[in-house]
Amino acid sequence: MWDEQRGRGERPPRHRPPPEPGDDHTWLDHDAGPVVRPYTLTGGRSQPITGGLGLLTHVEALYAPEADLVHLQPEHRAILGMTRTALSMAEIAARLDLPVGVVRVLIGDLLQENLVSTFESDTAINPPDENILQAVIDGLRAL
Amino acid sequence: MDYARSNGRRVPLALKILVAGGFGVGKTTLVSSCSEIMPLQTEEYLTNASMGTDDTTGVEAKNATTVVMDFGRISISDDLVLYLFGTPGQDRFWFLWDELALGALGAVVVADTRRLADCFPSVDYFERRGTPFLVAVNCFNGEQRHSPAKVRDALDLDPGVPVILCDARDRESGKEVFVTLIEHVMARTRHRAAAV
Repeated sequence: MWDEQRGRGERPPRHRPPPEPGDDHTWLDHDAGPVVRPYTLTGGRSQPITGGLGLLTHVEALYAPEADLVHLQPEHRAILGMTRTALSMAEIAARLDLPVGVVRVLIGDLLQENLVSTFESDTAINPPDENILQAVIDGLRAL
Repeated sequence: MDYARSNGRRVPLALKILVAGGFGVGKTTLVSSCSEIMPLQTEEYLTNASMGTDDTTGVEAKNATTVVMDFGRISISDDLVLYLFGTPGQDRFWFLWDELALGALGAVVVADTRRLADCFPSVDYFERRGTPFLVAVNCFNGEQRHSPAKVRDALDLDPGVPVILCDARDRESGKEVFVTLIEHVMARTRHRAAAV
């Protein structure tokens, strides 16, 4: 379990373990941050082609033949791979270790090519009723 | 109770809870202790270069902080999922709050009695927005400097706003914080229904 009181050095690795000292091929250590700046992945675009993608918007990959995917970036493919079952945008960002803004642009690309569908949980519009809230309380207590 | 899809499959109902409070107060710890996944941390680490701009009095042991947000998940059932969002700890990230607060069920304001004033902006924000919230006083190392009643007075909270003590590192204590928040949301909903 990640503890915020601990420092950066003890943080569990995300993509890869920190390089061993003395490795001639390692020029940057983990603390240097990403080698590629996040918005490089989007060609500098900071706004998605389509709007309305919230943190809890769920994304699900649609079936597409492999030939339709050859031009995609690895990050697009990674999103398609992890959304075979629907996943929230916040969680996709977490798994890719990319800022939500970048992921929003990438998902916009996939939406435009009809490679994913997105849908909202209706709680943003309709507050949950008492039965649902009671189910949450019971569920939390039972955890 | 959940959103029916055109293809007939069911999508979990997603409920969002915010975890707010000052810098270094235990928000990340609270999200981590209850989440079933490792929290998302789209973050930058503050280095010495930024220490001049962030007030770290009383949090000397903390040399890094989250500047974007934490994100955790608690699956109640296949149909019902709770998402926890830790809000950015610094005022210059207010712009992120509105998206976070949109459609949120409620909020937990984590308070540290050594630096109680740090949670004023969060309390203000949720009061103005009308978001149901409670104040969870994080008792670091079991330390309790002030009673909930004193904290309530100091923050000038409405009588209906719950103030509870918690240990953000403890899963059971964290669960109780969220249970209390949802009970508060229910009570408020009932109260409003009765008033109409």
